[in-house]
Amino acid sequence: METIVLEFPAGQPAQGRALVGVVASGDLEVLLEANAANRTVVNITTSVDGKGRLWQAVLERIFGDGSLPAAKLEINDSGATPGVVQMRIGQVFEQLKSTGGA
Amino acid sequence: MDTRQLLERQSFIELDARSRAKRLLDKGTFSELLDPFQRVTSPWLMRQGIVTQADDGMVVARGTIDGEPAVVLGIDGGFQGGSMGEVSAAKIAGSLELAAEDNRNGIPTRAVILFETGGVRLQEANLGLAAIAEIHAGIVDLRRYQPVIGITAGPIGCYGGMSIAAGLCSYLIGTREARLGLNGPAVIEQEAGIAEFDSRDRPMIWSFTGCEQRHRTGLVDDYVADDADAMRAAVIDLFRAGRPEACRSERVAGFLARLSEVDPGVQATPEQVAAIYGKGFQS
Repeated sequence: METIVLEFPAGQPAQGRALVGVVASGDLEVLLEANAANRTVVNITTSVDGKGRLWQAVLERIFGDGSLPAAKLEINDSGATPGVVQMRIGQVFEQLKSTGGA
Repeated sequence: MDTRQLLERQSFIELDARSRAKRLLDKGTFSELLDPFQRVTSPWLMRQGIVTQADDGMVVARGTIDGEPAVVLGIDGGFQGGSMGEVSAAKIAGSLELAAEDNRNGIPTRAVILFETGGVRLQEANLGLAAIAEIHAGIVDLRRYQPVIGITAGPIGCYGGMSIAAGLCSYLIGTREARLGLNGPAVIEQEAGIAEFDSRDRPMIWSFTGCEQRHRTGLVDDYVADDADAMRAAVIDLFRAGRPEACRSERVAGFLARLSEVDPGVQATPEQVAAIYGKGFQS
């Protein structure tokens, strides 16, 4: 198990909060809450050790251009592939838009 | 179920615990106690190098069912096999105790438990077992006032100490996908030998412990298709039926009479079990 904290540029604070996913094998849980403007912080706890650079690269693709709302994300990961990670993060922002949060 | 029904229905089994609770409660009445953002997680898993889930795999949903106050306790089978840790089991036990307290104060709160669990979480050993005992006590307390309905929908099914909890419920609902048993197939094979129970033989396992057979043998009260609307309708019907004359666990004499008809010297078959248990448990 390993804990990784990453920071990215972002837009205005996210409105509300949202949750998607389950900490099941090959899946992950993402909790999204608002953060102060212009900064997104991602706290990752993952069952797979030694993949810090991979997380950095995958999340850089999602958050790198700073266009998403500023959020605090908590990720609890049980060995999800990069594709699943990308899909779940997309889903959590989608949920934020559609329901105004969980 | 024909093709059109199959395409139009919303599978209950495919929903996660939170969505299942939402579908069972009256529309728009869902609210959650100890929701994931309160982060009441297992204090034991991290120390053993295991990633936690923010709700410890347990959803406590309040709302109404058929207009009456209700709590739905949904176990998430995906997280640690739906196993009962100190926190997840305490969320169920505490909710049942509060529901019974409601009833003593004139509020007719009823409970539905979604059993998707292998039983105790081995990493939390005695704490989980102690909390499962509290769940048992909570069900027995609450069922004096309102029916307590258990559902095991699959894919995990219901095993271990939580199968006892399922047996204590006023009513139990199962689907074809779900299995119900005290010991899992691998444990039975390990203890009794492969000639007794081959844990790789899935049709054989379902023929004995699948909920179709459990319904045939009177251990499951309602056998429902994998359809979220049908599941909600079954729950409402059972609540409207009210408390049973006697709960399954109160029919001791009837069960002993059936058990006395079983010849342990002969290899059991599903048909033979159905022939004996199908007579019912009236004493």
